[in-house]
Amino acid sequence: MTILNRRHLLAHLGGAATLMGLSPILPPRVGFARTLGDQRFVLIVLRGGMDGLAAVAPYADRDYASLRGRLALPDPNTQGGVLDLDGFFGLNPALAEIHPWYKEGQLLVAHAVATPYRDRSHFDGQDLLENGTLTPHGTASGWLNRAIGELGGGRLDGSGGRRLGLAVGQSVPLVLRGGAPVASWAPSPLKEADGDFLDRVAALYANDPLLANALKAGIDSASMADHALAADADMGMPPGMEAPMEGGATTPKSLRLDPTQLGTSTGRLLADPGGPRVAVMDLQGWDTHVQQGTTAGRLAGALGNLSKVLVALRTGLGPAWRQTVVAVVTEFGRTARPNGTGGTDHGTATAAFLAGGAIQGGRVLADWPGLADGRLYQGRDLAPTQDLRAVMKGILRDHLGLDQAALDKAVFPGGGTPAPLRGLIRT
Amino acid sequence: MTLQAAIATNRFGLGARPGDMAQAQSDPRGWLEAQLAPPTALPPELREVEDSATRLTATYAARKEKDEEARKPLRDALRNAYRGDVARRTRAAITSDVPLRERLVHFWSNHFTISTSRPIVAAAAVPYENEAIRPHVLGPFADLLLAVTRHPVMLAYLDNAVSAGPESVAGIRRQRGLNENLGRELLELHTMGVDGGYSQTDVRELARILTGWSVAAERDRDTGTFLFRANLHEPGDKLLLGQRYNEDGMGEGLLALQRLARHPATARHVATKLARHFIADEPPPAVVAALEKSYRDSDGHLGEVTRTLLRQDAAWAPDARKVKTPTELVVSTARALAGALAGALAGDVHPVATDAGPDQDAARADPALRSLALLGQMPFAAPSPAGWPDQAADWVGPEAMVQRVDWALTVGEKLGDRIDPRQVAEQALGPQASDATRQAVARAPSAAEGLALLISAPEFQRR
Repeated sequence: MTILNRRHLLAHLGGAATLMGLSPILPPRVGFARTLGDQRFVLIVLRGGMDGLAAVAPYADRDYASLRGRLALPDPNTQGGVLDLDGFFGLNPALAEIHPWYKEGQLLVAHAVATPYRDRSHFDGQDLLENGTLTPHGTASGWLNRAIGELGGGRLDGSGGRRLGLAVGQSVPLVLRGGAPVASWAPSPLKEADGDFLDRVAALYANDPLLANALKAGIDSASMADHALAADADMGMPPGMEAPMEGGATTPKSLRLDPTQLGTSTGRLLADPGGPRVAVMDLQGWDTHVQQGTTAGRLAGALGNLSKVLVALRTGLGPAWRQTVVAVVTEFGRTARPNGTGGTDHGTATAAFLAGGAIQGGRVLADWPGLADGRLYQGRDLAPTQDLRAVMKGILRDHLGLDQAALDKAVFPGGGTPAPLRGLIRT
Repeated sequence: MTLQAAIATNRFGLGARPGDMAQAQSDPRGWLEAQLAPPTALPPELREVEDSATRLTATYAARKEKDEEARKPLRDALRNAYRGDVARRTRAAITSDVPLRERLVHFWSNHFTISTSRPIVAAAAVPYENEAIRPHVLGPFADLLLAVTRHPVMLAYLDNAVSAGPESVAGIRRQRGLNENLGRELLELHTMGVDGGYSQTDVRELARILTGWSVAAERDRDTGTFLFRANLHEPGDKLLLGQRYNEDGMGEGLLALQRLARHPATARHVATKLARHFIADEPPPAVVAALEKSYRDSDGHLGEVTRTLLRQDAAWAPDARKVKTPTELVVSTARALAGALAGALAGDVHPVATDAGPDQDAARADPALRSLALLGQMPFAAPSPAGWPDQAADWVGPEAMVQRVDWALTVGEKLGDRIDPRQVAEQALGPQASDATRQAVARAPSAAEGLALLISAPEFQRR
């Protein structure tokens, strides 16, 4: 990566205020600048359905050990035991690195939480999680994109340079798709085309808005990344890319994403005064039908990756962590009982994590439904007792400063229900 | 050249090689229909690929080896087998004389996705496609469905191999039980579609019906082949989609698959996916209806359904509405360049990776494969059982678009001094090339940039 390549300059033609991207610019005349300020929000989507009962175990529930059988995690203070949170819930030991955050008040768990989706298809479940309506494929835009739209249209500087939203990865997930322009970023070892060449390609796209908009957004993203990650310039691709995050077994080693690198880079992009304020990233590997394991196994591996990403995000954000909320969500939970093959099948309610310096943490929020036979949803899943949308609305209102009317109307259309959850954000 | 010939080669085929359009010129639809004769032999590139049983046997052996030092060469061999296979498979697409048939193989392989996200299937991925998909893409859907569902790789990938009826002999004795994974995806993804009208109960019932469909392990005879394990099969009657299945061991599953193949929801699901793949992300309802009818009338004969597709006016609409996936982009580029890509891109296209370990890298040595990895579509590495997405929104994110352009420039720089990009434009796009693109290519400051502009142009990014 070079700091001042031509792509970078191209992206700023006509935007003199942001030339070189060096000035921390949030012009006061831009509406959202007043409300958004320096707040950062990261949404991590765990694709495949995270087992909430394994990630945050209700170890003191009297039915827990018998229900979970060989997937039950041991009590705190025993070998491989859960890491206690509040005397009732404990964190899977694979998340040990973020356990201290709970005591610091920077980690909050919402449990027995679910979107309004009640069937068990990954693909519909993810669609609904991201589109924010009550029906899969109900709309082609995502709630976070609509929220960004409400915050001023997606441009940080109001002119066409930096964008408010960032998708970490080559493509933009549904939750961030829609009318507000967003950026996406992924580490790439390809040599970058220069501005002159990109200009000529852009001219060819004059009659193809889909390709034209993607290219424009990509150029913006690249310049943003060039700036925020300038210190990486002499590193090329980072070392130590062995840990596979997705499809890892077969992707050439040099192209695999290392969770630490991914988290650090994303954190630094967000920390940049002129960088994005909202980022979305996907983590794979949660569909644990077999060999789920407890403190070792597929799920522990996935949780370990998550933990690395979170720690690296905090590192990358530096002081900006204080103004940050990270939300970790998934499309649904898994069956409360193990299935017949050492794993769990698709279920309903699960856990969500909120982390960051802006979170009023050190708590587990749950209207705990219990795990007794009669308390399970359809006799098989953890029953949902809080709506994930209420959690997200609480963050969007109290952290990013979204107007509640806009939240109810545009972001999570649903006639005002559920109400935003209060008190998630440190005041 | 006629526009129809260009559409035949680029939209239905895998991209025109020099001379392809001329071949399709006199009768573009006939040129495509001639490719729908049932496949007989494997493409030459794939004939040396071992069978899935051999590969699974080797995979089991590597898993069983507890000694780290002894296991490493076994695992390296498996990884290299996978990479060699997918390189051959990509070459088969680049050199195919029957590109519509090859496209259909890719389409159905993606419909019935297996993925290296479960490493156990990696070394048997291409064998799976050769054995379960290739022979059946032009025949009855029921045959394809059965071949896939009883294939050891699918049974391993979606966990059915270890699923046990709770009341089965093994279920009782060894406290094992049901795994719903295959039952669910078979209904949701393979046959009826998510809105097809089945319930959670149906998912479970199908999982119960399929208990026992498994894979021969190391201690069994014919390791790595299909094995019906009666001691895993859930005894008793089942009720799927309102129909009773009397206890009949493996017969229950055979009957269920036949009925599912004939289900109207399956006809609709298959018709929609085919129309989406060939015509537009939001396919015209009339085309979907025509394909659905053809499916029902022919009892799900896929050759017939494909012929019906080729007879739809909407399929020949001049505007190219589909954006190429990375695989389509790389393969069509290689075809346009008549194989020159392979030689020119070998070596350090991307001067990044420095860790030249022993497994580094069949993908590296094979430029097409490395390009696929860079652009985010390694063969058989879809993130979920739903397979790779088939809509533009999933492929043209900002970063992805820039990477496509960066990639085009890399190809141009490697090859520009050897070819005339104006000629490539003529042979690969013909009448599809717009005046703006022709001008940009002709006026580019170098042949390298001319070629890169051609590859980046909307007409080439779409099909």
